[in-house]
Amino acid sequence: MSVSGSESALWRGRSVPSFRETAASNTRGVVPTRDEIAVELAVARARTAVVPALTTYDLRAYYGSTEILHGVNLAFPYRQVTAIIGPSGCGKSTLLRCLNRMHELTPGASVKGRVLLGNQDIYAPDVDPVALRRKIGMVFQRPNPFPTMSIFDNVAAALRWHRVVRRHELADRVEQALRMAALWDEVKDRLHENALGLSGGQQQRLCIARALAIEPEILLMDEPASALDPISTGHIEELIVQLRSRYTVLIVTHNMQQAARISDYTAFMLMGELIEFSPTATLFTNPSDSRTEAYVTGRFG
Amino acid sequence: MKDVSVFTPAGRLLSSGLVSAVYRRRRLMDLLMTGLAGLAVLVAVVPLFSILISVAIRGLSALNLDFFTKMPVPIGETGGGVLNAIVGSGILVGLGTLIGLPIGLLSAIYLAEYGRGRLADTIRLFTEVMSGVPSIVVGIFAYAIVVRPLHHFSALAGGVALGILMIPVVTRTAEEMIRMVPQSLREAGLALGLPRWRVTVSIVLPSAASGIVTGAMLAVARIAGETAPLLFTALNNAFFSTSLLRPIASLPVQIYTYATSPYEELHRIAWGAVFVLVMMVLITNLLTRLAVRSGYEMKR
Ligand SMILES: Nc1ncnc2c1ncn2[C@@H]1O[C@H](COP(=O)(O)OP(=O)(O)O)[C@@H](O)[C@H]1O
Ligand SMILES: [Mg+2]
Repeated sequence: MSVSGSESALWRGRSVPSFRETAASNTRGVVPTRDEIAVELAVARARTAVVPALTTYDLRAYYGSTEILHGVNLAFPYRQVTAIIGPSGCGKSTLLRCLNRMHELTPGASVKGRVLLGNQDIYAPDVDPVALRRKIGMVFQRPNPFPTMSIFDNVAAALRWHRVVRRHELADRVEQALRMAALWDEVKDRLHENALGLSGGQQQRLCIARALAIEPEILLMDEPASALDPISTGHIEELIVQLRSRYTVLIVTHNMQQAARISDYTAFMLMGELIEFSPTATLFTNPSDSRTEAYVTGRFG
Repeated sequence: MKDVSVFTPAGRLLSSGLVSAVYRRRRLMDLLMTGLAGLAVLVAVVPLFSILISVAIRGLSALNLDFFTKMPVPIGETGGGVLNAIVGSGILVGLGTLIGLPIGLLSAIYLAEYGRGRLADTIRLFTEVMSGVPSIVVGIFAYAIVVRPLHHFSALAGGVALGILMIPVVTRTAEEMIRMVPQSLREAGLALGLPRWRVTVSIVLPSAASGIVTGAMLAVARIAGETAPLLFTALNNAFFSTSLLRPIASLPVQIYTYATSPYEELHRIAWGAVFVLVMMVLITNLLTRLAVRSGYEMKR
């Protein structure tokens, strides 16, 4: 994982010079130096292997003195969908909430360990959690649109608060976000009606649009479809697959078929511990831990 | 009953005797309790309506344009109005609201959104206690902190007394309303990278607004009718005054003065003033309800 230097450029999505470009810029002859080889290897590895957008080291979460997460080490790959599965109460939501520093907002809750966004420790003392949360969007289990606002304002509010865009660009950005959340066509004629008039599935997509509008780098989703009917769930799943090209998505789900359908990687948790993290296909078909196998084959959980 | 017996012999057994007896007893009990509850409602409503009706009958006859636009006339003459008391009440209630509403609302925000631990518990306790303190005691307090230093009764002192009375009422209702805003909305705001204060101002308060406004209006209505704390503070004034530093007339005190006087004519005017006061409270309540509801519908 130690791609150093180029790592931060990578997760921000800047283009990385290809092996050939790097070789061409090698002006000192045919034989590359040791350093150059090292750089090229690192770049090549970054292209093929997992580049983490978010990494946790020995992450422990507490409610009061009760330890809920017992040292989780995980690297969430950049611009991939990672599903987090596990029986209820195993700490999936807690893990997610540690990643955007929402956990510490619960009275008595605390966190130990490190979480790196790119290569910045988000728990470093000089990191402003409020600024951090802007970069790491979150969608909750129950749709929670702002009840006093119109559909338009639900999306526009955060843009206004963060002064992301100028006034005349606001409508465009709202439209863009609503399109990205596959909601535009359904709401374009009622943008100024109250958001509570939408169906549950539409409300959830509105919440996704709201989160996407301010262009976070990572999107955390805590069972975003568990309160929805199958059709709305389908909409959300399609949407997540599309978001993959632009966002790093972490999704907690109870539904293993869903995890299998939409995710690239899957993390399996049990009682506050990470049991297995693998490419989704591997985890479901050829798990390396017997507990994972028992869970995915439905033998417990 | 019959349906049950279709299924099992046991069901038949149950439905044949036991169930219907229990059911009959429950129905009787239900009837009795509903009757008692209805009676209680009647007991509560009858005095209310009889008050409203007698106030309306006696008060309306005293009302005319002069009542609202003229000053009181000397005893012995008929006619005149209570313009000074109406304006005085307006000033006192306005001043009280100006003092009580912001303090009450800010305390409520603190208690509901930020207050944790000892300090918050203490403040909450004080608020509880304060809302139970007799209003006359608040009047004495205002007398001590405003009238004594300034050496005379004043509208300002009356406003302070009413404001202090208003604080706990506003705090308690507003805190409750703010607490009712679901936590998930706060989290939605925080997850978008908003600072706490922004979440409070832009998300929580608007969501609680209708409840807060209703609570504030009830508080205004409550202080509008207060008499006792004004006796030591605003006193009364037979003349028209809008000065904050001089004694000022008010409807409740005027009613008190007139009603305890021996003159028939003054009793008549007192009834008129009672009617005006009741109407003011009633209309404020209705208007808020309407405003809150139309605001709510607009949002839909
Ligand atoms: N506010 C809280 N206070 C105390 N314990 C909590 C709180 N929230 C969750 N927990 C506990 O933390 C554990 C993990 O919860 P959670 O992360 O919500 O699990 P999951 O999302 O996997 O179902 C559970 O055992 C739960 O009881
Ligand atoms: Mg959960």
